[in-house]
Amino acid sequence: MEKLRGLKCRECGRGYPSAPSHVCEFCFGPLEVDYDYGALKGRVTRDSIAAGPPSIWRYKDLLPIDGDVAVGHHVGFTPLIRAENLAHELGVKELYIKNDSVCHPTWSFKDRVVSVAVTKAREFGFDTVACASTGNLANSVAAHAAEGRLRSYIFIPADLEPGKVVGTLVYQPTLVAVEGTYDEVNRLCSEVADKYRWAFVNINIRPYYAEGSKTYGYEILEQLGWRTPAHIVVPCAGGSLITKIWKAIKECEVLGLVDRAATKMHAAQAAGCGPIVTMIKTDSDVLRPVRPSTIAKSLAIGNPADGYYAYRAVKESGGSGEHTTDAEIIEGMLLLARTEGIFTETAGGVTVAATKKLLDAGVIPRHESVVICITGNGLKTPDVLYERLETHVTIRPALSAFDRALAELKSKTS
Amino acid sequence: MGRMRVRLTFPPERIQEPIIYLLGKDFDIVTNIRRADVKADYGWVALELEGKEENLERGIAWLKEKGVKVDPIERDVIV
Repeated sequence: MEKLRGLKCRECGRGYPSAPSHVCEFCFGPLEVDYDYGALKGRVTRDSIAAGPPSIWRYKDLLPIDGDVAVGHHVGFTPLIRAENLAHELGVKELYIKNDSVCHPTWSFKDRVVSVAVTKAREFGFDTVACASTGNLANSVAAHAAEGRLRSYIFIPADLEPGKVVGTLVYQPTLVAVEGTYDEVNRLCSEVADKYRWAFVNINIRPYYAEGSKTYGYEILEQLGWRTPAHIVVPCAGGSLITKIWKAIKECEVLGLVDRAATKMHAAQAAGCGPIVTMIKTDSDVLRPVRPSTIAKSLAIGNPADGYYAYRAVKESGGSGEHTTDAEIIEGMLLLARTEGIFTETAGGVTVAATKKLLDAGVIPRHESVVICITGNGLKTPDVLYERLETHVTIRPALSAFDRALAELKSKTS
Repeated sequence: MGRMRVRLTFPPERIQEPIIYLLGKDFDIVTNIRRADVKADYGWVALELEGKEENLERGIAWLKEKGVKVDPIERDVIV
């Protein structure tokens, strides 16, 4: 069965054969994988998926991979938790957390996209993979390259704190620290991707890489018993994740896996870097780049490649968007930790806080089902919380000292 | 000769200026517009540039001085 037709321009619709390329040669629009859904219909069923492995690869028929899985055999199929405590706190009837803070092996949803990208890179015959990243993507590319016995080059801005790169360096990639402004580093990476015959996962492999995000959506639907939730709140950086979750839901409708694509998609961004939410709020299809200023570093993309498509997914689904301040982000992180025992990164704080605001504003009705997307782990960047947490009580090693401290603590909280 | 694919984002105060014409004329760069969306107060252009490497660098520096945002066609790739 030929499930893949090749690539297609998202703007002009021009078709291309399957290849490591990402830009339409005619209109410079982005390329996307083009599937033959007629060939997939009837073959991809709830039963065929259930018979697959407990990982993203149970949806392999809906991913742009022709051969065997090369890396990331255990990526995905993360818990979808019925979050009763958080639901009670927020006053909502049916609330779920899709928890990719425990995605294997590098604790973020990037493992989904990278395992697809690196597997595809191997199919194309590449021996080297690369990316430009300050965090989660770097971790994941380095880890999957190690697993796949591929060389890897990771580009980072030279001023990135040393602590941030340990989770990448441990896999022993070639780490290239580039001096210069963000724009200069960004442009260099694009030029490197153009010049060297490497699989730059989020540049020339991007059409394939991005498809990995669909698995986040498939899992939500399958784990809900092939039911679409009324609302999904998604953190937005480059805009690809929300676009692909919406694509996954629509594909499931086309393939008869769910009755109807009846989910409203809501975008969550930091106020200090929220160009996609600004588009949604002002109902403008023009993305105005911003200079990021937020503690939510993993969402700090000022000129997102998929901003327009994220806007369109939200509008098409009837959803909305919300900005959150740094203080609200911290509150969101602490709320999730306190109610559900989940330590998420700042991006998760953005999503929890945005959900709260959308509920309070009545945009999401409290009696409808809601899924909050948690996409990364807080243990990677604990520094944002250091000064905001009351850490401990210090006492002498005597029972009487503990008695006094306990009495004081109780009087504080009573 | 070098070739680049860039995305230029124009601030409101530059919308009425013939920036792309001047880029070609003053820096000897061949410009080829592939896609654009220019509104009354804002606009972007997806553009191919071809010219000597040093002219491309000088041209891009001039654009930045003018307040035009110059990004690779992929936009932000550091994530």
